[in-house]
Amino acid sequence: MNITVTETAEDSATVPFDLKKHETSQSLKNFAGTIGEINVDDPKISTRNVDVYYGEKQAIFDASLDIGRNEVIALIGPSGCGKSTYLRALNRMNDTIAGCRVSGNLTLDGEDIYAKSMDPVLLRARVGMVFQKPNPFPKSIYDNIAYGPRIHGLARNNAELDEIVETSLKRAGLFDEVRDRLESPGTGLSGGQQQRLCIARTIAVSPEVILMDEPASALDPIATAVIEELIDELRENYTIAIVTHSMQQAARVSRRTAYFHLGKLIEVGETSQIFTNPRHELTENYITGKFG
Amino acid sequence: MTEPQITGHISKRFDLELEDIRNKVLSMGGLVENQVANGVKCLVDSDSERARKLIADDHEVNRMEVEIDEECVQILARRQPAAGDLRLIVAVIKTITDLERIGDQAEKLGRIQLELEQQEISSSTYIKLEHLGELVGKILHSALDAFARMNVDDAMATMELDLRVNDEYDSLMREMITHMMEDPRTIRSSLRISWCARALERIGDHAKNICEYVVFLVQGKDVRHIGPKDQPGL
Repeated sequence: MNITVTETAEDSATVPFDLKKHETSQSLKNFAGTIGEINVDDPKISTRNVDVYYGEKQAIFDASLDIGRNEVIALIGPSGCGKSTYLRALNRMNDTIAGCRVSGNLTLDGEDIYAKSMDPVLLRARVGMVFQKPNPFPKSIYDNIAYGPRIHGLARNNAELDEIVETSLKRAGLFDEVRDRLESPGTGLSGGQQQRLCIARTIAVSPEVILMDEPASALDPIATAVIEELIDELRENYTIAIVTHSMQQAARVSRRTAYFHLGKLIEVGETSQIFTNPRHELTENYITGKFG
Repeated sequence: MTEPQITGHISKRFDLELEDIRNKVLSMGGLVENQVANGVKCLVDSDSERARKLIADDHEVNRMEVEIDEECVQILARRQPAAGDLRLIVAVIKTITDLERIGDQAEKLGRIQLELEQQEISSSTYIKLEHLGELVGKILHSALDAFARMNVDDAMATMELDLRVNDEYDSLMREMITHMMEDPRTIRSSLRISWCARALERIGDHAKNICEYVVFLVQGKDVRHIGPKDQPGL
């Protein structure tokens, strides 16, 4: 896989960044397991020896990591490192991809996520997801939020449904901006508003965990700040795992950070430690923008 | 963990910026080292010409501090450095503050020489400072060397040397006190020599601070106020 990292116009020098080179690099050859503490005292999600395959190709190698209750954990790493794949394994979003196999032990509050008895639809209500591109349904703002509670039967009557819609929009910090136009289409909102709508939609089904796959990568700095502020508020009630390409964002919002590289979980630790004094050379090279 | 690599960023310009900052710190260090040597020399040789030049050159030290500071702020704003890069910038900002203060102490020595000249006092007794001055100069040199090579072992060894400066300072002070007690007419000159010795001792402390920044820069450990001996894993 060749990934060319192109800098801003001001930095005209571009260097092709060949990830494969790292595969043979000394740092990864001697990979002897994840550096840092993978265990937490009170895990919400616990994963052990997770392998993920897309057909013949292995995308995740033996990843073990706990995600603590009400903790925000950031998953970082170069493109193709498996961080999104790992995230999607947590609520079985990979089930929908043909040829994708997940093995290992993944539990949510001690329950096996991949057990036959686990209904993926219910699982995804407990472990919600927000994607990189805001993907509101082509429905009204109200119906975007009400959709989940309706199919899961969370409201007994319309008054309760109204209540859920209002609370979710308020929690996502969107209510004041849309209160007068709940019936207009969700797709008519700005990018940042759409993303908050999607977060509100996720919250509406009262999930326990929220997975975010680069939730702010398509947003401007103001909308990004609003989303980050929102994450900060949500952490009180939810466990959040966020995949991000923005080092600063990971440093700002998360308590712990996990660094993936070519499908391997290289290092995990307190965010404050990872960004000031990482222990693995690859982590250091990635967050300081180096290679080789 | 090995010493942080300054170069190797995907952005070559970032490499250049960091290299540039490091080189400027080293040339500021060289200048300050010279200032200290001149400070001791102007007193020992009663050389007022040297003292005047030393005082004038302190502006250059200050100018460099401001310039390097500005570049560090630019890097913080534009590059948001992390890990080793962040530690380098923090270490540089702190190092140049200490270098500037060393410069001030050296300038103090020059001003004392000018006072002596005005009062037409020969500073022949200032030969006493020569030994302390040499020791301090050596420590400053090793500290800057450790910074240039990002070498923790050298930094630690240099920090130990500062203890010798303190001993030397204490014994010089005892000597001065004895002089003053024996002959009160020497109080004025003895006090002046004590101030000079004090300035040199302070320079030793600043050099020791720089060594502590080197340990932080390389290992990410803060050894300030603890003493290297009590640090686990060092």
